[in-house]
Amino acid sequence: MIAGGFGTGKTTMVRSVSDIEPLTTEETLTQASAGVDNLIGVTDKTHTTVSLDFGKIALNDSLMLYLFGTPGQERFWFLWNGLFKGALGAVVLVDTRRLDTSFRAIEEMERQNVPFVVALNVFPDSRDFPFDEIRDALDVPAHTPVVAFDARDRAASREVLVTLVQYLKDHSAAALEPR
Amino acid sequence: MSAPRGPVDPSGLERYYVLTGGRSGPGGSATTLDVATLVVSRAAPAPGMQHEHEEILRLCRAPLAVAEVSAHLRLPFNIVAVLLSDLIQDDRIEARDPIPAGAGGRHDVKLLEEVLRGLRARL
Repeated sequence: MIAGGFGTGKTTMVRSVSDIEPLTTEETLTQASAGVDNLIGVTDKTHTTVSLDFGKIALNDSLMLYLFGTPGQERFWFLWNGLFKGALGAVVLVDTRRLDTSFRAIEEMERQNVPFVVALNVFPDSRDFPFDEIRDALDVPAHTPVVAFDARDRAASREVLVTLVQYLKDHSAAALEPR
Repeated sequence: MSAPRGPVDPSGLERYYVLTGGRSGPGGSATTLDVATLVVSRAAPAPGMQHEHEEILRLCRAPLAVAEVSAHLRLPFNIVAVLLSDLIQDDRIEARDPIPAGAGGRHDVKLLEEVLRGLRARL
């Protein structure tokens, strides 16, 4: 799963790593979901569109990795509960110029117990911060991998996925060890 | 009953309503579906079927993730889940669990190694 705040590059990353042209689904909230809208406190809003980016990578003859870019508007994630249920892990994209936009994504991954790595999508005017400072600012555990990359770059984006899977593997191996 | 086609209702509300007969969310077997569930056809499209049901059966000759079906049909997950649950109930579609994600971040290490190998081979 590729998560992160609005405009952090989720669509760009899915686009750059996917074997296929990413597919985007759009979900229009209308009066049909008025009851739900009430629940989330947007009673005055009758139309809004949330989208999910979908891509995939064929890893070998029998294994396919699916990529889901979460909707940018986190408050609509409840529509995608299955997304979290089925996820191996997540890459949380962070724009260091606007750290706060990704707080919700991180909270959600922690709440749903989805292991994640933090990927700093570097923009031309991004400042370099020590990764420890980033971890502190985002309030993530010290063992959370942090990487910097350019979401437009296919190889760099795949490297981020490698970091995630390596982390999941270490995590699982550690969990299996007797204490 | 012919559903209005084309961009009659830009919000999609009427279209979604017609597509699912007013059912707004998945019920029954659809509750077991998630975006990564694989679905595969067990039957060919039959005459008189709802257009979207036919499309799903055609799309799913090889297993597809629910999210991919949703993307191809350009329909929201919730709506696709309702349509899929109809087909599952009629034994026209089979749903298969994707590889289950481990609880508390535990995963099959061998599988993860395979994923890593696959990703690295493409770097």
